[in-house]
Amino acid sequence: MSALLQVPGYDQERLRSVAERLPCREAQAGTLLSLLGEPQQYSYPSVFIYGHRASGKSHVVDVLMEELELPCVAVSCVECVSMALLFERVLLTFFGPDATSLLPRFPSMSDFVRIYKRQRLQSPAKQTRYIVMEKAELLRDGDANLLPALLRLQELVEDNLTVILLSEIVWDLFRPNTGCFEPLQLHFPDYSKGELQEILSKDKHPSYSAEFYSSYINILLGVFYSVCRDLRELRHLAALNFTKFCEPLTEGKVKETDTHKLWRNIEPHLKKAMQTVYIREVSSLQWEQMQQMEEKESGALRGLSAHTHIELPYYSKFLLIAAYLASYNPARTDKRFFLKHHGKIRKTAKFLKKNEKTSNHLLGPKPFPLDRLLAIFYSVVDSRVAPTASIFSQISSLVTLQLLAQVSHDDQLDAPKYKCCVSLDFICAISRTVNFEIVKYLYDFV
Amino acid sequence: MAGKAKVKEAHQLTGDCITQVQTILRERFCRRRLPAGLESMEAQYKRLLDLLKRTAVDGESNSVLIVGPRGAGKTTLVDSVLKELLDDDRVQKNLLQVHLNGLLQTDDRIALREITMQLHLENVVGDRVFGSFAENLVFLLEALKKGDRSSSRPVLFVLDEFDLFTQHKNQTLLYNLLDVSQSAQAPVAVVGLTCRLDVLELLEKRVKSRFSHRQIHLLSPLGFGQYLERVRAQLSLPDDFPDAPFAAQWSASLQTLCEDQAAQDALRRHFNSSRHFGSLHMLLILCLSRVSLSKPFIGASDLLDASRTILSDSRVNMLHGLSILELCLLIAMKHLNDVYEGEPFNFHMVHNEFKKFLHRKSNSMYSFEQPVIMKAFEHLVQLELIRPVDGSSARTQKDYQLMRLMLDQGQIMEALQKYPQCPTDVRQWAMSAFE
Repeated sequence: MSALLQVPGYDQERLRSVAERLPCREAQAGTLLSLLGEPQQYSYPSVFIYGHRASGKSHVVDVLMEELELPCVAVSCVECVSMALLFERVLLTFFGPDATSLLPRFPSMSDFVRIYKRQRLQSPAKQTRYIVMEKAELLRDGDANLLPALLRLQELVEDNLTVILLSEIVWDLFRPNTGCFEPLQLHFPDYSKGELQEILSKDKHPSYSAEFYSSYINILLGVFYSVCRDLRELRHLAALNFTKFCEPLTEGKVKETDTHKLWRNIEPHLKKAMQTVYIREVSSLQWEQMQQMEEKESGALRGLSAHTHIELPYYSKFLLIAAYLASYNPARTDKRFFLKHHGKIRKTAKFLKKNEKTSNHLLGPKPFPLDRLLAIFYSVVDSRVAPTASIFSQISSLVTLQLLAQVSHDDQLDAPKYKCCVSLDFICAISRTVNFEIVKYLYDFV
Repeated sequence: MAGKAKVKEAHQLTGDCITQVQTILRERFCRRRLPAGLESMEAQYKRLLDLLKRTAVDGESNSVLIVGPRGAGKTTLVDSVLKELLDDDRVQKNLLQVHLNGLLQTDDRIALREITMQLHLENVVGDRVFGSFAENLVFLLEALKKGDRSSSRPVLFVLDEFDLFTQHKNQTLLYNLLDVSQSAQAPVAVVGLTCRLDVLELLEKRVKSRFSHRQIHLLSPLGFGQYLERVRAQLSLPDDFPDAPFAAQWSASLQTLCEDQAAQDALRRHFNSSRHFGSLHMLLILCLSRVSLSKPFIGASDLLDASRTILSDSRVNMLHGLSILELCLLIAMKHLNDVYEGEPFNFHMVHNEFKKFLHRKSNSMYSFEQPVIMKAFEHLVQLELIRPVDGSSARTQKDYQLMRLMLDQGQIMEALQKYPQCPTDVRQWAMSAFE
C-alpha cells in the first residue's frame, strides 16, 4: 500500500481497498481523510471541494464513505428542489423514519435544527456524521440563508457533523455579501495526460492485450486531449470507437504490433468523431450504426444541425430573408441595395478597415421596425403582394417559431420592433430554395 | 528481543498520544471549546459580565449589541460570560435563556414559536389562538411572571446574526423585545451579535429609540506579538495531559516553531491578511492534519505548506485544468479586453480573434470546427470564468450574447506559466499585447 493513505483510526484493510478503487487520487483521498480526522474526533464544520468536472470529487468521497462505512448522506442539489427534501433525507438516514414524521408540512431550517437536536439526545453521534452536497453551486440560487446555515450546521445542531460541498465553481463566487463561516477549501487538480492514460487503459477489452488497448488510448488522447480533458467524455469516446480500431485486425490486414498502420486507419475516423459525436451532432447509437454500415461513409448521415432546415411557406421565406437583411445591414445602405438608381460604394482601405470593426456578423443582429421589414420585403419579392392579413400573421408566426424575436414589448400593434434570430448558414439555405442570392445584398460581404 | 518489544511499546504510546492531541486540538478548533483566558478582550468580557449580572441578579432590563467581524470571537465571548454567570447558584436557578439565530428564525412567527419552545410554554399556550403578535409575546412574558413563586424571573435573549432580524417585516419582534426591556416589568436582557458595523442604521426609528445604544466592539487592534502568542496558546496542550513527557516534547517543538524565521514569515503573511480566530483555526487545522505517527510534531514546513494551500488562488488552480483550446479562447478574450478596454464581447468576436491567431501561424494545429469551439466556450461559461452581461438571455442567440471576462491579466499569465506543456506559440501570443 502506498504511504499516502495511512491514516490512523481506520481499518488498514479497508484503506487498502480504498486505495485500489481510487487510481491517481490516493493523494487527495489521503489529504481529505487526514483533514477529517479519526471517526470519533471532531472535524471541521464544512469542507469545500472544488475541481473540474470528472476529476473524481464525488467518486473519492463516495468511496471513502462506502468503504469506511461512515455515516453519511449524499445529496445532489439538483434533486433537492426544496429544503424539505434535504431535511427529510438527512433525518431519515441519521435517525430513521420516526424522526422524519416529526417534520411539519413546510419545514423551516428552525424546525429541522430543533428536531435534529432532540433526536441527537436520544442517539448521539459516536463518530462524525457527514452531509455531502454535490453541485453545491445550486445552493446559491435557493434561500439566501440556506448556505450560511449549512456551513455552520455543526455549531447550530451541536453535534459532530461535517458538511462537504462539492462544486466546479470556485469559492469566491459563493460568498454571501455579509460573509459567512469560511469552509476549508480543498482543490482536486485535473488529471495529467499520463494519469488519464493510466485510468483509461484500465478498462481494456478482454480479447485483446493490454498494450494494444493502451496504444489505442494513446492515439485517442493524441486527437482529443487538446480539446477535452473530461475523463467521462474521453471514456465514452474510447468505448465508441474501439471496434473501428480493431477492424483491420479482425480482417487480418495488420498485426497487433503494427501501430503505425492502425494509427493511419483510425486517425481520420477520430477526427470525424470530434465533429460529430463529440458535439452530439449524431447520437452514439447512430454512430455505432454507421460503423456497422461499411459502405456508407461516416458523417454522410445527416446530423442534428442538418435537421434545422425547416420547410416554410413561400412568403414566409422572403419575410425571413427581408428580416435578416434588415437586421444585419445598416439602414443607411438600404437605398443602395434596394433602389434601382444608386451610387456606388467605393471600397477604400479605410472602408474595409472600418467595416471589420463594425461588422454586424460579429456584433449580432440589430433591431428594426416593421415598416423597414415590409419595405425590404416588397423590394426583394418580384411579384406584387397585397399586404393581407396572412402576411402579417406570417410575421407573428415567425416570432412564435423563434426565427424572429420581438424586441420591445411596449406595443403590440403600433410600430413593433423585431430582430432576426437565424444564422447565416440557415438563411443561405433558405434563400437557395427561392433562388435568391443573399450574399450580394449583405453589407458585410460586398 | 526485549529491546524491540520496548521500542514497539514506546511507539504504541506515541500513537495514543497523537490521537489524544488530535482529539483535544480538533475539539478546540472545530467546536471552539473555550480557551482558559480570553486574552485581548478582558475589558469587553468584564463589561458584558457586569451587565448580565445586573439583569440576572438585580432584575434590571438591558440591551446590548456586540459588534465585530466574522471570526472575531463574539459567540465565544458570550458563551464564556454565560458560563461564568451560571456558576453562580442563584443565577442558575433564576435565569431563563432564549437563543435565537437569524439564519434559522427567518421570520417572526418562527421566532415566536421558538421562544415558546425554549421557555417550555407549549403546554400553556396549547391550542389557544392569539390575536396579535404583541399579545402573544406579552402573554409569554406574563406567563413567565406567574411561572415561579418569586415575582419575576429574568430572561436573557441572545440574538445571533442580529442584522438578519432587522429584515423581518416591520421589525415586530425586535420592537416588542426592546419595548419590553424598556417598559414592562419582566426583567429582560437582549444581547445581539452582529458583524455589521452599520447595524443601527438598519433599525427602524421607533426600534432604534428603544434600544439602549450600548455597543461592545470586538475590533481587536492585535499586534503581531500577541498574534504569535495566540497561535502558541491555541496549539499548546492542556496541563492535565496524561502523558507528561510527550507534553513537554510538544511544547518544546512549539517553542522552536514559534522562533523559526520561516514560520514567522508565514504567520505574518496570515496576520496581514486576517487576524481573527476563523482564519487562524483554518491554518492550524491544516497543520494539525499533517501530524502523524511518523511525524509527531508540527514543523515550519507544515506551516508553510498549509499557508500555501490557503493562500493559493483558486481561479488559477481551475485554469490549470483547462484544455489548450479553452486556454486559447481565454487569451483571445484577454486581447479583446486590452484592445477594446473592457468592453463586453460575444462568441463571434472571440472566435474571430482566435482565427486571426491561426492565420498568422502556418501550421494549422488548432483548426477546430465552430461547434467544437462553441462547446469549449460554453464550458468556460459553466465554470463562471466568463459571465453574461445581463441576465435576460432568452431573447438573444447564444453566440451573440455579450460576456465579460471574470479574470484579470495577472491570473491568466500566472496560469500560463504553470500550464503543463504549454505550446510556445500560444505563450508568445499571450505575451504580445497589441497587434
